[in-house]
Amino acid sequence: MTDAENTRSYKLRIWRQPDATSSGRLVDYEISEVGADASFLEMLDQLNENLVKKGEQPVAFESDCREGICGACGVCIDGRPHGPVTHLTTCALRMREFKDGETIVVEPFRANAFPVVKDLIVDRGAFDRVIERGGYISVNAGSAPEANMLAIGKDTAESAMDSAACIGCGACVASCPNASASLFVGAKIRQMALLPQGQVERTGRALAMVQQMDAEGFGDCSNHGECEAACPKAISIENIATLRREYLRAAFRS
Amino acid sequence: MDVEIVDGSLHSGAPDGPIETQWDRHRFDMKLVNPANKRKYNVIVVGTGLAGGAAAATLAELGYNVQNFCIQDSPRRAHSVAAQGGINAAKNYPNDGDSVWRLFYDTVKGGDFRARESNVYRLAQCSVNIIDQCVAQGVPFAREYGGHLANRSFGGAQVSRTFYARGQTGQQLLLGAYGSLMRQVDAGRVKMFARREMLDLVVIDGHAKGIICRNLVTGKLERYVADAVVLATGGYSTAYFLSTNAVNSNATAAWRCHKRGAYFANPCFMQIHPTCIPLSGPSQSKLTLMSESLRNDGRIWVPKKKGDARPPADIPEDERDYFLERRYPAFGNLVPRDVASRAAKHACDEGFGVGATGLAVYLDFADAIERVGHENVKQKYGNLFDMYEEITSESPYERPMRIYPAPHYTMGGLWVDYNLQSTIPGLHVIGEANFSDHGANRLGASALMQGLADGYFVIPYTLGNYLAQTTPGEATTDDSAFNEAEANVRGTVDRLLAARGKKTPREFHWELGRLLWDNCGMSRTSDGLKDTGAKIRSLRDEFWENVHVAGSGEELNQHLEYAGRVADYFELGELIAIDAYHREESCGCHLRLDHQSAEGEAVRDDENFSHVAAWEHTGDLSKPRMHREKLEFENVHLAVRNYK
Repeated sequence: MTDAENTRSYKLRIWRQPDATSSGRLVDYEISEVGADASFLEMLDQLNENLVKKGEQPVAFESDCREGICGACGVCIDGRPHGPVTHLTTCALRMREFKDGETIVVEPFRANAFPVVKDLIVDRGAFDRVIERGGYISVNAGSAPEANMLAIGKDTAESAMDSAACIGCGACVASCPNASASLFVGAKIRQMALLPQGQVERTGRALAMVQQMDAEGFGDCSNHGECEAACPKAISIENIATLRREYLRAAFRS
Repeated sequence: MDVEIVDGSLHSGAPDGPIETQWDRHRFDMKLVNPANKRKYNVIVVGTGLAGGAAAATLAELGYNVQNFCIQDSPRRAHSVAAQGGINAAKNYPNDGDSVWRLFYDTVKGGDFRARESNVYRLAQCSVNIIDQCVAQGVPFAREYGGHLANRSFGGAQVSRTFYARGQTGQQLLLGAYGSLMRQVDAGRVKMFARREMLDLVVIDGHAKGIICRNLVTGKLERYVADAVVLATGGYSTAYFLSTNAVNSNATAAWRCHKRGAYFANPCFMQIHPTCIPLSGPSQSKLTLMSESLRNDGRIWVPKKKGDARPPADIPEDERDYFLERRYPAFGNLVPRDVASRAAKHACDEGFGVGATGLAVYLDFADAIERVGHENVKQKYGNLFDMYEEITSESPYERPMRIYPAPHYTMGGLWVDYNLQSTIPGLHVIGEANFSDHGANRLGASALMQGLADGYFVIPYTLGNYLAQTTPGEATTDDSAFNEAEANVRGTVDRLLAARGKKTPREFHWELGRLLWDNCGMSRTSDGLKDTGAKIRSLRDEFWENVHVAGSGEELNQHLEYAGRVADYFELGELIAIDAYHREESCGCHLRLDHQSAEGEAVRDDENFSHVAAWEHTGDLSKPRMHREKLEFENVHLAVRNYK
């Protein structure tokens, strides 16, 4: 069966909010002739084309690479960040996952630290500001030693990569009852703490990033584990355990 | 379609003498800015991908004040993030015969002898420093059991020189650059402006001194002034509507610079990537690439019988045509991208294609799974297989992937000299946005290499040379050139909003994309190209009459942003068609049907086309002026590429 034959209709309830200061509400829409292989965002594209043709305002939502790596997209679908399929970004979610005729509720990621900008777009600048405080190794271009001087065990490199895979989408925050950013921050701290290059700044990094995380208004972690379930890259909650250990270690040393 | 042609007007400025020492000598000859004076200079960097992010961070490390702009909400999302397979470097860790010279040679040859030798040699030299830099930043490259860096093979090379971090190499390299950038933001040396779109370049007394941006949240037009501008805004494959690029990737910043006087070089050199997931339906917004690294272990084939609709597993071995292995035994499935793409298109055009549309070939891992086991294949390609399955709901472990070529990368771009400076003094162009290093075809894993080489190791020197010859702080945003540029942008925005027609920008974009894909894609004819410019022109006229843009300019308005980009694709699209028409040879990624050998291989015309075609905007979009930069091949001798 080709995509053209296998189409569905949906009832959509979408959060509309003109800007950061106005209040928002859920608005009902209907859409038909949605291909089963279309992505969730392509379904929204299709809705927007229809809205524009009717002289209405299209729904603002964020996306870029549309292949699950840039972290730009992300909405709550029926209350779940990135929707019903685990470990997928919104852009990678396909409409074949939804039954014909189903009602789908679409809202922005909700968190105090992620204010709504418009409709489904939120401001995740807090993540950048946390990274600013130390989510890196300080090395100027030109001053690096020969790469193979430093042997790093395959398992260590792989494990660091597991943490480094974070795409910064914010689903962990949106899924957490406390709107905690612990998984995001823990993933970066663990990547750097595992690697020999990260040792020099290890203490200062943990303190500064955690301090900024708190200042941004993210909540604390109380081990619900929702973040790992919502994470499109399946970043393990073990990263939060590392975050705590690293913070304690740093607090004793500083 | 007669155009005026000018020879001898473009000078690369590459030093004379042996190529091995050119960059060293040039670095010595360039002027320096005293360390204490660097803080007096302001630099604008537009874009935060590998080139822009690395440049902004490195210039700030040197002590310059940097203003860095991106259209995304965060610099970490620039489209470099999506590069999967890897980054080349001439480290020769596998001890298999690699060297700077060989990487240089492979890149010039892979580019089908349409790149500038001096730039490519420098790129190969810088490649080794890039890996050192990235490892020092904590980029978790793949490693061997002994703890040293691992390599894999990519198309167009017979050595293993590609470094990788699973199938997320671009992401990891970008996060390295982003970390360095954030460190400089924290230090106060970079001021970051996210959610800004550059809509014009401000040129004062012939020098680039600023930009006009639209604040994408408020809709306000903003003025930024500096002593120099570095453009790192990527390529323009999205002109083709369906491409592997991000949906916000666009040509606008580069195109507006072109209209301010920067020549646009080889716009028709665009790369079709062989391994993308085929089109499935009309609502599709983009095509997804599967990393070229899959061709290390995957075997490409079609049924020998036309229209054979049996499931692939039911087609016996002797009824399959492994056409790359058959036609190119020396390189097999690892021929360069252009060769693989054309061969796949050829197979489908002849009726051997598979899948519902017949526009796909198989990429089969059954042999690899049998040879090294399911686990090993999973470790190498697991995330790519998962991605394929998410999109198609088919498992590549059980059924061969279906792949088809798609627009992916543009080798063409703004013309730059050896210092990466455009024809507008003070405007430097780096990464995919410039034209310089990949000729008519880019080899896999070389885009990341070029972006980082330009950003970390070239522009920090060459921009200094320019700045050392200027007085800091000369321009201000009160200058009449800012007024004029802002009025120009406002005029375009108002015109888009005023049309209130019947068709959406997307519908126009789709039609333009079809025209470009059909006529300026993998295979081209002079007959087809002759009318393409006129067709684009009439569609463009219709666009301005009949486009419908929702909302206003004074708010976050993605529809307006998109409409502005489509308007620029229409202008660039015509230039692509004009350039393609005038390049009467087959070369790199494109085959001119009237210029091929009896076996269907591309035939270059070195005598007449061994040049860069750099186009000057004359004010009439249909009558650009061509400036030719002759390419000399003193080190890699012109030869017919042979991957057999």
